[in-house]
Formats: sequence, structure tokens, C-alpha cells
Amino acid sequence: MSIIDVEALKKTYPGPVEAVRGISFSVEPGEIFALLGPNGAGKSSTVRMLATLARPTAGRAAVAGHDTVREAAAVRREIGYVAQSSTVDEQLTGRENLRLQGRLFGLRGDALRTRADALLDLLGLKEAAGRLARTYSGGMRRRLDLAMGLIHRPRVLFLDEPSAGLDPESRSTLWTEVTRLAREEGITVLLTTHYLEEADRYAGRVAIIDRGRIVAEGTPDDLKARLEGDAVSIRFREPSLAREGDVRLTRLAGVRGTIIDDTVVHVRVPDGARAIPAIVTALDGVPIEEVTMSRPSLDEVYLSVTGRSFEEADAAGEPSNGKTRK
Amino acid sequence: MTFLRDLSTLTGRLLLRNFRMPAFLVISIVQPIIWLLLFGQLFSGVTRLAGFGTDNYMEFLAPGLAIMSALFGSAYSGMALLMDHDRAILDRLLVTPASRGAVIGAYVAQSGLTVIVQASVILVVGMLLGADIGGGVAGFLVVLVAGSLLGAGFGALSNALALHVMRHDAIIAIMNFIILPLTFLSSMMMAPSGMPDWIRFAAGFNPVNWAVELARAAFFGSAPGALLVPAAALVLFTLVCVLIAVRSFQRFMAKA
Repeated sequence: MSIIDVEALKKTYPGPVEAVRGISFSVEPGEIFALLGPNGAGKSSTVRMLATLARPTAGRAAVAGHDTVREAAAVRREIGYVAQSSTVDEQLTGRENLRLQGRLFGLRGDALRTRADALLDLLGLKEAAGRLARTYSGGMRRRLDLAMGLIHRPRVLFLDEPSAGLDPESRSTLWTEVTRLAREEGITVLLTTHYLEEADRYAGRVAIIDRGRIVAEGTPDDLKARLEGDAVSIRFREPSLAREGDVRLTRLAGVRGTIIDDTVVHVRVPDGARAIPAIVTALDGVPIEEVTMSRPSLDEVYLSVTGRSFEEADAAGEPSNGKTRK
Repeated sequence: MTFLRDLSTLTGRLLLRNFRMPAFLVISIVQPIIWLLLFGQLFSGVTRLAGFGTDNYMEFLAPGLAIMSALFGSAYSGMALLMDHDRAILDRLLVTPASRGAVIGAYVAQSGLTVIVQASVILVVGMLLGADIGGGVAGFLVVLVAGSLLGAGFGALSNALALHVMRHDAIIAIMNFIILPLTFLSSMMMAPSGMPDWIRFAAGFNPVNWAVELARAAFFGSAPGALLVPAAALVLFTLVCVLIAVRSFQRFMAKA
């Protein structure tokens, strides 16, 4: 049985803003499942509904076998939730933060102390456990957030943008810990991210979410395999030149598709290295700034299913779109 | 039982947080003493008028200011809730199985407990400055109960307000707009017989005045019968306020 089961879930905020427009997916026990999408795609709204913090406008979701609306209390005992921004109490020490959180799950005495100390140790916060969280670095706060989400040994852990705002080093440390904990504690992890490379690297399965809908789903390899061949990207000086280039490239033999993204034209071809000379010849008379070739990445999967580049979509996603905070 | 357990955990969290800010602690203890000294000096001659029930203004003022500190100490209680909401700490608490009532109740309980400390300081300093407590230990405790009831009531209102307006500056502006008039439409500093008729009339409907009357009667050691009406009215007021806060919280969560 799936541990997370989502059916036609919708969330409309007053406005009306349709943050989530009917999405369905399921996650099996022990999986690391990523909701990948740009800012404003509806990732956080989805997680908030699954974590019982927001009420679905329509559809239903079950987590650990319990309905998230009718059996919210039962769901809460089985889940850990780490919000987008750090939620540590700055005036409390790391250990106090963790123990208070444990008490809210009914943990007491030795059981609480042992569990809290084990987590502090596991997440490299042992030395700092007695210090006020105010003095913690961004990476340490995030690890404390993670420890608080795990104190009661949840079966499902929701991580909303766990690595947002962290430097690359803290980010990779965090991921090593998340994947290790998921394995060691047998936890199912549902995370949201707008870092394509993170989803690619750490998630077993990815759902690409765009403007409130799931537009593609599968393992990162599956998704990439759907894109045959290579992508060649040609950058022009101006959008008008890119449009002219696009017209010529579409007519070129062997080209399977093109997408214009501002001043760049992405061309899908069976073999990029061999296609480049023909591409350059076809563009004779249109000044080219740069030609690059890439093997398929989730970036391109995103581009091919949504018709716009991830960066562009990310910048366009209004932060207020269905979000209560940033 | 879960409610009480979670309430004490969550209230403990807020108290611990306050204790970690020494400036906050010092201000909350020193400020009532300053009021006592300032108002005590300013109005020291006022007992020459009739109706104060004592020649010693400090004796009249101490229970009144104990209530004032309860009012001022709880009126901004919603700010802590709002801060936790803005920093998503509230979300973190709401995804736990903790009793929903305890999550919101903790903010009210925290201001109620802070009020007890402040009111005690005022009474003790007032007594050191010559106020004679006719009501003894029982009277002292009743003053604290009156302060807590009023503090819980206004703390609840402040939290309800926070959940509606969701803005720090709005809470300050609106609560100031409410509590200052309520302070002066009561017998906190002035005996009822010295008031204009309309103020005396308005004071009859003012929960702050009910708390002041209850506290002063207890402090003076008046007959228990005199405590009954203001005590009943105050309890009712507090219950209504808590109900409003609970409804606001339910509405807030249904909206999410």
C-alpha cells in the first residue's frame, strides 16, 4: 500500500489564486520523492495540505493510511515537517528546542533525553547543543530543524525546500544526512526543491510540477530517457535574431524540435557533435554569440514539458502566489 | 489531560524565551515600580477629597496599579503569537499532535503568569511605601486573581486581534486605542465619588473597573459580599474573551 496517496488535490486561495489545480500521485514506503518546480508552482501548498496545515479545496490525500482532513490527528503522529524557513526558537538552546518538540509528541524522561542526544550527535550538533540557537549558522539551524522533524521517529518526513538559502557545502552535508537518515530509520521522504540537480541526484522519483499541475513523473533517468539525443543551444545577441535563427533551424534535416527562450534557441538532435557544423552553416548570415551542447538533464526535461526554461519560470513565479510566507 | 500537559510545555517555552532576554525582565519588573512612584507622588494630595476610603493614597493606588500592570502586560500578548506565525514556528507546533487549544492558550497563559509577577511586585513595593493591606494574605491573593482574570481576558482579545489583522503595528495601535480610555474610565486612580456622573456611569460597564473594584475591596479587606458582583462580572468577561480567541483560532485554521 502506498504511504502517501494523493487524488485530484486542489487548493484555491482567495483572489482567486489556483495554487494547486488537481494533482495526483502516490509514494511508496521508503522512497525519496521530489516535487520539482519553480517558485510559485504549487509545491509548498501541496506539502502544507499533506502535512494537515492547509485544507484542500477539493480532492483528497491520505498519509500513512489516514485521511489528512478527517483524521488529521492520526496523520500528525506519523509525520515530521520541516518548513521552508528555519523555525528554531532563537532564545532556546539546541537541546531545549529539540526536547520541547519531543514533549509535544508525548516523549518524556529517559526516552526523550536519549532520542534527543542521539539526534544531536547524528546531526553534528553535539558540541553546540548547549548554546542558544541564536548563535547557530544557517546550516546548523537547518540541521536542528531536521532533528526536530525527526524527534518522534516519524514514518513520513516532509521537507519543504530543505536546502534553500544554504551555501553549497552545507547543502551537500544536509543531503548526505537526509539520505542516510531516510535509509537508517526507514523513513519515506517527500521533499520540494527548485534545484534541478538536487532532485536529479538525491530523489528516487521526481514529479515535475508547473503552474499547479504535475507535468511529468518518473525516476530522473526515466525522465531524461524520454528526451532522445542531445540538446544544442545557440545564443544570439537579440531575441529577434533568435527568432530568425529558429525559423531556419526548424527546416534543418534531423532536427526533432526547437524551443526559443529569449535570446537562446534550443535544438534537439540525435547526435549533437555531428549536427553542429550543419547548424552553423544553416545560420550563415545570422550572427551567433555562443553554441553549447548538453546531454539531457532535468533542466531540459522541464523545458520540453513546459515549453519554458526553468530559470525563466522561477523568476516569473510570484512569491505571493499561494504562499503565506517566503 | 493532554491539554494541560501541552499547555505547560508550550507556556514553559514562552516563559523560557522571555527569561533569556534580561532587558525584557528588568523592564517588566521596574516599569510597575516607576508607575507606583510617579503616580503616587503626582496624586498624593488627592485623598483630601472624599470617597477614597483611606487617607493614604498609596493604599488606594497599589491595587489599582496592580490591575493596570495586568492590563498593559497582556494587551500586546498577540505580538508573540504573530511573531511565531511569521517565523513559521506556529506551523511547526500545529503539525504536532499537541492540543490546538494549548497552542493558542499558551500565549494567554504566559501573559497571565507574567501579570502575577508584576502585580506582586507592585503590591509589595506599595506596602513598603506605607500601604496597609487590610485584606491580609487572602486579599493579596485575590488581587492577583483579579489581575490574572483581566490579563487572560485582554491577552485572549489581543491574540484574537492578531489572528485577524496579522500586523504588529495594527495590534499596537488598536490595543492602545482601547486600553488607555479603559484605564481612565475606571476608579484606578480616582475614587468614584470624585468622578463626573457620565464617567461613573461608563465605568459600570468597564471590565477594567470591575477588576479594580474587586482588587481594591480585597486589598482593603472589605466584606466578602462586596467582592461578589465585580468577581462574577469579571469571570464572565474573561470567559467571553477566551471564547472569542478560540473562535478566531478555529477560523484562522479553517482558512489555511
